[in-house]
Amino acid sequence: MSRIESAFNRLRKQGRKALVPFVTAGDPEPALTVPIMHALAAAGADILELGVPFSDPMADGPTIQRASERALKHGVGLGTVLGRVAEFRNTDQTTPVVLMGYANPIEHMGYEPFAAQAEACGVDGVLVVDYPPEESGQFVEILQRHGLDPIFLLSPTTPEARFRQVAELARGFIYYVSLKGVTGAAHLDLAEVAQKIPRIRTSCGLPVGVGFGIRDAATAKAIAGIADAVVIGSRVVQEIETSPRDKLLENLSTLVKGIREAMDGE
Amino acid sequence: MQMYDLPDRHGHFGRYGGIFVAETLMSALDELRGRYEQCRDDPDFQAELAHELKHYVGRPSPIYHARRWSQQLGGAQIFLKREDLNHTGAHKINNTVGQALLARRMGKPRVIAETGAGQHGVASATVAARYGLECVVYMGSEDVRRQASNVYRMKLLGASVVPVESGSKTLKDALNEAMRDWVTNVENTFYIIGTAAGPHPYPMMVRDFQVVIGQEAKVQMQELAGRQPDALIACVGGGSNAIGLFYPYVDDPSVRLVGVEAAGLGLDTGKHAAPLSAGSPGVLHGNRTYLMQDENGQIQETHSISAGLDYPGVGPEHAWLKDSGRAEYVAVTDGEALQAFHDLCRFEGIMPALESSHALAYAAKIAPGMAREQILLVNLSGRGDKDMATVAELSGIRF
Repeated sequence: MSRIESAFNRLRKQGRKALVPFVTAGDPEPALTVPIMHALAAAGADILELGVPFSDPMADGPTIQRASERALKHGVGLGTVLGRVAEFRNTDQTTPVVLMGYANPIEHMGYEPFAAQAEACGVDGVLVVDYPPEESGQFVEILQRHGLDPIFLLSPTTPEARFRQVAELARGFIYYVSLKGVTGAAHLDLAEVAQKIPRIRTSCGLPVGVGFGIRDAATAKAIAGIADAVVIGSRVVQEIETSPRDKLLENLSTLVKGIREAMDGE
Repeated sequence: MQMYDLPDRHGHFGRYGGIFVAETLMSALDELRGRYEQCRDDPDFQAELAHELKHYVGRPSPIYHARRWSQQLGGAQIFLKREDLNHTGAHKINNTVGQALLARRMGKPRVIAETGAGQHGVASATVAARYGLECVVYMGSEDVRRQASNVYRMKLLGASVVPVESGSKTLKDALNEAMRDWVTNVENTFYIIGTAAGPHPYPMMVRDFQVVIGQEAKVQMQELAGRQPDALIACVGGGSNAIGLFYPYVDDPSVRLVGVEAAGLGLDTGKHAAPLSAGSPGVLHGNRTYLMQDENGQIQETHSISAGLDYPGVGPEHAWLKDSGRAEYVAVTDGEALQAFHDLCRFEGIMPALESSHALAYAAKIAPGMAREQILLVNLSGRGDKDMATVAELSGIRF
């Protein structure tokens, strides 16, 4: 059983929902990535989503674009990111790590070398924003051979006929993009999300996480009432961007704990 | 018999092309492909397009025999396909007319476009005005600064120009931002991509709208010279003017197809925009193609004297034509292109765009080694008025 599957099983038994914070690896500087990951896990994160910086992040809003730019200034590439996951795994063997990024760094490394290294470093899932199912056949096969869960996006514009096509390739969980737009935008439609999630869960037979546009504990709590996982990206990255270095881990911890409590509360 | 019928139905040209976008855009691209294929096979749409190309754009564009320049070079005869004579001064309008007509049929009241030098932005703003569509053009803030007169031109035509501050603040970042707009406003917005790149169906659709260049050339060369050229030469940034000229000739192996990339300061300096000559395959902006990238797969910044060639990728059909050996791709430097710019001005009274000057420069390189009976057809994809400030600055002249 994959770490992701175990995590969802455990949460289901506890009657809780998964909290999945996103940070860009190497932001604000490479040496802080592993401490940030540990801090997030300690504050109540169930799964960590680690962004792989890319020069042309087409699906991201300004906040995560800037995070990518900060990481790239330090020369952080896919190899560096994998190294950080391996370091994290030295002291945390249970918290699942999902890499999220764009196709080209993986294309450049090659599917097989990437999957082999990701497995060896302790990565659990891989979400490539610009690999839709249509272009993912071979990649998914290689990921699965290395015990990695291919995570796919569904969006408000996805016709229901496509849910099954995605389900055939997806493992771990489905990531539902809660709005039309880029990461960090601010027009999430709760009613729409509430209507979609049960149908996706039924069609795909996997837990459903919701992300893009969740900016506060109240929204996280509302989403936790309908979905299996709550993904928070831009809000977390914003905390990294605005915190002074000596307060960074503390501020992140406070933010994540607040969201955790809201999600777990009655 | 037409042997060549790429892309396949998933938009692949061999291993290149495809649809590499976030899920949110998949249904929009599917809708676009469906509606485009309907229109392509609809005689009414084709008649409307032909009418617009004739009466609004001014087609067919002539082919002109550059006799004095050919004599000066002392070899092959150089013929020019005069896309510079189109309305707005370049081949770009062939495509924007087609896509704007499609947008109208799809009931999208708003169009967006990306632009580098501003030519595609101007061509998009032009057709938006012509068909009464709202138009937003994304342009890197660096390019906004360098191309102030084109920015004003777009505004005169009623478009809003949005400066893009992210990344390298140039064409590729404008494309990223246009994609972000499209994801957000997908229901009422049509994205007019300016070159034969991007996710399927764009490379196919843009090619189809530009193929009129090669179709006319085939007829015109027969009339003018009694035969087809020995080689076609066109500049390649994204590659839309080149594919438009090449495509009708792909099945005729007696005609060489030569794409000319921007070698900038020289391929060995790294400061160029020549992914086919010096890059490697990868995925960017919705398709798999040759890219300029570093050892981590990050996209590199490019350099060319010509803003229209200043792009780190290239249309996927060119990637396929390169690998298959059907077309050859070469690169000429800023200096060589500039020389050809001046030569065409002085010997023929035609001021070429700096983009097109790359194709001219390569013709000037090979013509002297060819027989006088041989023919080179160069796609003069745009006129050079827009480049006067750049050329003057390089010559140390201030207005």
